[in-house]
Order: sequence, then C-alpha cells, then structure tokens
Amino acid sequence: MTQPHSSPEHKWEYPKYEPGETVALFIPCYIDQFFPEIGEATAKLLTKYGVPLAYPEEQTCCGQPAFNSGYWEEARGVIHQFCKAFESYKWIVSPSGSCTAMCRVFFEHVDPDERIVGIGRRVFELTEFLVNILGVTDTGARYPHKVTMHSGCHGRRELGIFNQPLTLLQNIRDIDYRELPNIEECCGFGGTFSVKMPGTSLAMGKTKVENIVKTGADVVTSIDISCLMHVGGILRRDKATRHIQCKHIAELLVQE
Amino acid sequence: MSDHSLHLEGAPFLKAENAGLYEPNGSKSMAVCAERSTKHNQELLAQIPYYQDWRTAANGIKDYAIGNLDKLLVEFERNITARGAVVHWAEDAEEANRIVLKIAQENNVKTVVKAKSMVSEEMELNHTFAAAGIRAVETDLGEYLVQLANQRPTHIVTPALHLSAEDVGKLLSEKLNEPYTAEHQALTDIARRHLREEFINADMGMSGCNFGIADTGSFVVVENEGNAGLSTATPPIHVALMGIEKVIPSIRYLPQFLNLLARSGTGQKLTTYTHLFHGATPGRKLHIVILDNGRTKVLADPKARMGLFCIRCGACLNVCPVYRRVGGWAYGWVYPGPIGSIITPHLVGLDKAGKLPFASSLCGACNEVCPVKIDIPHQLVHLRHRAVNEPSPMNLMSERFIWRAWSWMFQGPKRYGLAMWAVKLGVRLAPFLPWHPDKLGAWTRGRALPQVPARGSFRKWWRQEGKDLKPQEQPNNKG
Ligand code: SF4
Repeated sequence: MTQPHSSPEHKWEYPKYEPGETVALFIPCYIDQFFPEIGEATAKLLTKYGVPLAYPEEQTCCGQPAFNSGYWEEARGVIHQFCKAFESYKWIVSPSGSCTAMCRVFFEHVDPDERIVGIGRRVFELTEFLVNILGVTDTGARYPHKVTMHSGCHGRRELGIFNQPLTLLQNIRDIDYRELPNIEECCGFGGTFSVKMPGTSLAMGKTKVENIVKTGADVVTSIDISCLMHVGGILRRDKATRHIQCKHIAELLVQE
Repeated sequence: MSDHSLHLEGAPFLKAENAGLYEPNGSKSMAVCAERSTKHNQELLAQIPYYQDWRTAANGIKDYAIGNLDKLLVEFERNITARGAVVHWAEDAEEANRIVLKIAQENNVKTVVKAKSMVSEEMELNHTFAAAGIRAVETDLGEYLVQLANQRPTHIVTPALHLSAEDVGKLLSEKLNEPYTAEHQALTDIARRHLREEFINADMGMSGCNFGIADTGSFVVVENEGNAGLSTATPPIHVALMGIEKVIPSIRYLPQFLNLLARSGTGQKLTTYTHLFHGATPGRKLHIVILDNGRTKVLADPKARMGLFCIRCGACLNVCPVYRRVGGWAYGWVYPGPIGSIITPHLVGLDKAGKLPFASSLCGACNEVCPVKIDIPHQLVHLRHRAVNEPSPMNLMSERFIWRAWSWMFQGPKRYGLAMWAVKLGVRLAPFLPWHPDKLGAWTRGRALPQVPARGSFRKWWRQEGKDLKPQEQPNNKG
C-alpha cells in the first residue's frame, strides 16, 4: 500500500545522528499520565539501538491544546517552558505525530523567535527517528495478532509520516496486518474539536470504528494515542467492539 | 425567491448535539456523493504526472495575481473596454446590486436568465430583482431546483446535492404542474423544456466569471449544461459578475487552471463548455461588474491572503469530513465547507462568522486536495487566534480564564503534576457522577473516558527505573 495522496512537499532533510549522542524524550502530558507504558516502550526501543536517553523533568506540554483553540498567548508560555526543558539537547524524540507537528511546524506561528523555532525543529516522531534517522526498519518484534493501523492526520499531512510506521509494523514477525479502509479520513478527535463539536466528532469516530470492524482486527495501532483515546472510547462503549484493543505502535515494536 | 439571508448568528455549529445534516431529509446521499466525487477526482488527478508541480505553479501564479491586483484589474479593464465592454466597479454588494438594477431598468428588462454565479449569491441579487418586480430565473439545473424549492444551495458546485431524485420529482410536479417522476432523464427533460422558454423570452442574461485574463482582456465561464452559453448569448444584454480575485495575468496560464478546476471540481478532464468572452459582439451589450465586497479586507491580513487564491472548485467541501456530516447550510452563508470557514469570517466579519474556523478537526484533507494549494488548516488556526481576541462569539471571558489557568499550571512541572492529579481524579470520579455538564456530557455519552493507569506516571517510572536503562552496545536487527 502506498501513502494516500503522498504529499511530496514533506521531504525533510534529516540531520545525521552520531552514535552516542543523547536523545531527550518528550513524553506528551496525556502519555505521561494516562499511558505511561507507551513512554516506557519508547525508552526501551531507543536504548535497544544504543541511544543514550535523557528525560528533562521540566517538560510539561507542547502547547497544542491552547494553540488549536486560538489562545496563542497562553500557548506561548507553555512553549517557552518546553524550550527551557529541551534547550540543551540536540535530539528530541516523541511518541506522538501530533505533538511533533506542533513543535516542528507550529511553534513558528506562535513565536517566530529563531531559538524557539530551532528547538521545535529538533523534535522527531519516534517511528520517523527509527526509520529515517537510525535506519531501522525491522525491530525484531514478534506479535501474532490481527492488527490494523490508523494514520493520524497531523503526522501524515503536516510531517509526511505514513510509510515509516507501516514498514515497521509490517516487519513484525507473525503479525496479521489488515489494511484499514478509508485510512485517510480523520477519526474526528481533533483535540478541543471533540469537545466543541462532540456530536460531529462522534459521528466521525463511529465511521472510523465501522472501518476498523470491517478489517476484523483485534488491535488498532497508531503513532498517535490521542486519536486512539477517542476511538478506543467509542469501541469500549459497545459490547460488540469492546474486545478491540488500542495500542500505540511503540508497544507493539517491543513485543518479543 | 431563495432565502439567502445571513444565518450565521444562528449557525448551529459548536452545539453539543450537532451531528447530522442540516438539510431536510438528512439526505444521506449527500455525504455519499461528496465521498464519491472525491474518489473520482483522485483517480483523474493521478493521471497527471506533474500534478503536485501544477498545484505549486498555480499557487505561485495566484500569489502573483493577488499581489498585483491593482495593475492586473486595470489592464483587464483597459483591454476588454477597448472591445466595447463596459466595466463597473462595486465596493460592496449593495453597490453591485444598484449597478445591475440600473442596467436592467435602463433597458426595460422584465426577465433575467442567470447562469451560476457565487458572487450573485453573495449579493443576494435575486432579492433585489424581486423587489424591483423583475423576474430572475436561475438556469443552472441545481440552482433552478434550489430556487424553485425556495431554499439555499448546499454546495458551491452542485447546489442541489441535498435533493434526491424523488425530492426533485415532487418539487417539479408541485411547482410546475408536471406529472410526478423520479427518473433522471425525464426530470432533466422537464426542466429543459421550461428553461427553453425562459431563454427565448429573457431580456437580459447574467453569468459569473471563473477567470478574468488581464493580458488579453478576456474572461472565462465554464459549465456543463449549456445554460451559461444560452444565458449569455440569447438575450441582447450580458452582465457578468466578477470578484476582484478572479483575475490572472495571462492567457498562457489558462489551460492549467481549466484543467485543475475541472479535475478537482467535478472529476472531469475539462468541463463540457468553456466560454471565452473578449468584448461585446456587434449589436449586443456586455457589462462586467467587478466586486470587492470585503475581499480587500483579506488583503489587509497578510497571513490570510491565500484565501483569495480559491478558484471555487468545491474539492475541499467534498473531502471534508465535517462538511460531509453537517452539510452546507450549517455554515450559514454562501460559502460552505473549509473554504467558507476561512473566507466567510473575512467577508462578513468575525463578529458574525467567528465560530466557523472552529468547525474543523484540522485534519488537513482540504489542503491536500486544493488545486491551488491553499493552506486551509493553517488559515483556520490563524482565524481562531483572531476570533478569540477580536469581537466575535468565540471571544469568551470564561474560556480565556480556563486557558490562562491552564497556561500557568503547565509552566512548572510541580503545578503540572498537581493539575494532572486533579484531572485523573475527575476521570476516576466521572463514572459515578449522575450527570455531566453540557459538552462533557455529549462527549461521555458516546465515548468511554480513558482509564487511569494503576502504575502511576511515566515520570515516576523514569525516576525509579527508566533513568538506569543502559543503551545496548550493538545495535541489533538493523533493517
Ligand atoms: S479552497 Fe481550494 S479546494 Fe476549496 S474550493 Fe477553493 S480552490 Fe477548491
């Protein structure tokens, strides 16, 4: 399968990683608090490839919720906090396409200061770091389950991340990968959108769930657990779909 | 007459229960049609190997054109006036209405046949004609049906997308006294028969304008039904309405734009008819009304300029997951869908249309299909920023207070820890609460809240174990 409407303008010039360089983990707030296992899997995966890690405890959030809601002044303070935490690191890796897009693409909108934009540009999404920077396409994981993949819009459309997670996923031993129909359509989460237009957001989520059910998969994975929080919430509301689990791709990539 | 009046204040957007199409019958076919046309467009676009380069070039040409509007419009005027056309400039809808009405009255016009024009919708021109006792007949089939039904269009390219064949059958039998049928060909035949009479008897014809061409002094109208050809060629007077942003520098670029427009709009390689007008033909009159109506306000906001690049192809509507579910009327004005959400706030003001930029999950599907590569999602966040800071229904003290507090809490790891503890407590307690306020309620009715992990936060794990993780010496399993 190829990326739906590949957007060729997203050809990032990936910098070269020298072995031994420290990578700072940016663990978005909802992962930190609600899905710590994803952060753990991320850490384990990176150390497996010899990457020394740091976790700056000053970090909180990338500012995305306020930014998307129009409150850029409020977002700015939080972005500055982010930059304070990560300033001294050359490499920043995060297990979220959406938060990475916020840092790399949108910091500039809120504060065009060179220093801020520069720090934002050093943030990479986990699968893109593995594939494009470390050159890893097979993590040696084994996961004998029926799995489908949801592709988050921010990661794909703002950063061009699609083939990276797909390749890593398809190379997992014994995985039964099922392609998701209409994979390009938004799941309807959209952060504060799901609160501002909950009905429409839910209708979109239900369509996503119907497509997931069509694949017959038992597990839905994605580089964005935020989308899956919403999709999983819908899955769990219905007895018929309750068994379908949502797992971040990092969790699958460390299965042995 | 269609009810064109501004519904923005009552726009049903951002209400908790907002979930279905606003058009009556909730015609599911509308969403299906939109989805189908997207597929169709993608297939056709895949046939152009340099599609992405074309988009980039189209964006560049539009960028140049919008940056040089003053020169290009004057050049256009000079060239087409030299061939007998009369050009009028209108600052707003009211002035444009006055100009058109004056032309009609001076020529003793009783009936006007109109080809499709979004500018005419903006002007609510049909109201003006009605008030002056002039009969105006929409001749684009979709617009004709919507006019007969006394409704508003749901889509900028396919205005009657919300009507099923059965709806149309009922409408025609009721309004035109025709025997009921739901058979497509028969329905078209009925409309055609009635419209023929109108063309023959009309005193004035009107059209929009897809592209104004500066260097040759020509303008282009594209269509599929032949109605624009008849509307502009049959009556002795042709009045064309054109937004100031329609001008392109040279006819050299036209083929590319025609191609992009047809493929993105309807999934055709080229529209059935492409009319080029170069001036008045002998014995007949040609008037062109060039309308601003708020467009220069877009120019005043440098970050919003791209909104004026739009060639009104409708692709962003078709692909939009929100449009597919709420329909066109929910957007409250002439331009629905993503393009509506980024230009309506400029054209009518954020005070009226401030909610529109929030009606999006920012998924970016629109940007991906837009033939002129308008960065719609970035425009949306920009407008959101303006909407919460300028007079608008989204400028709310209560919300600002929440975000201020959030911002303060998230600017220190200790405060952040405290805030997150409170959130987790809330999530733990939520299932036991008998009632959830407004929007939270709408959220939790359809979705289960995430489970709070027993093992604590990542932070905690890092302090206890994570920090001692040793990078493995040999990178294994490199792909
Ligand atoms: S914004 Fe782009 S996709 Fe939407 S109608 Fe205009 S040209 Fe077409």
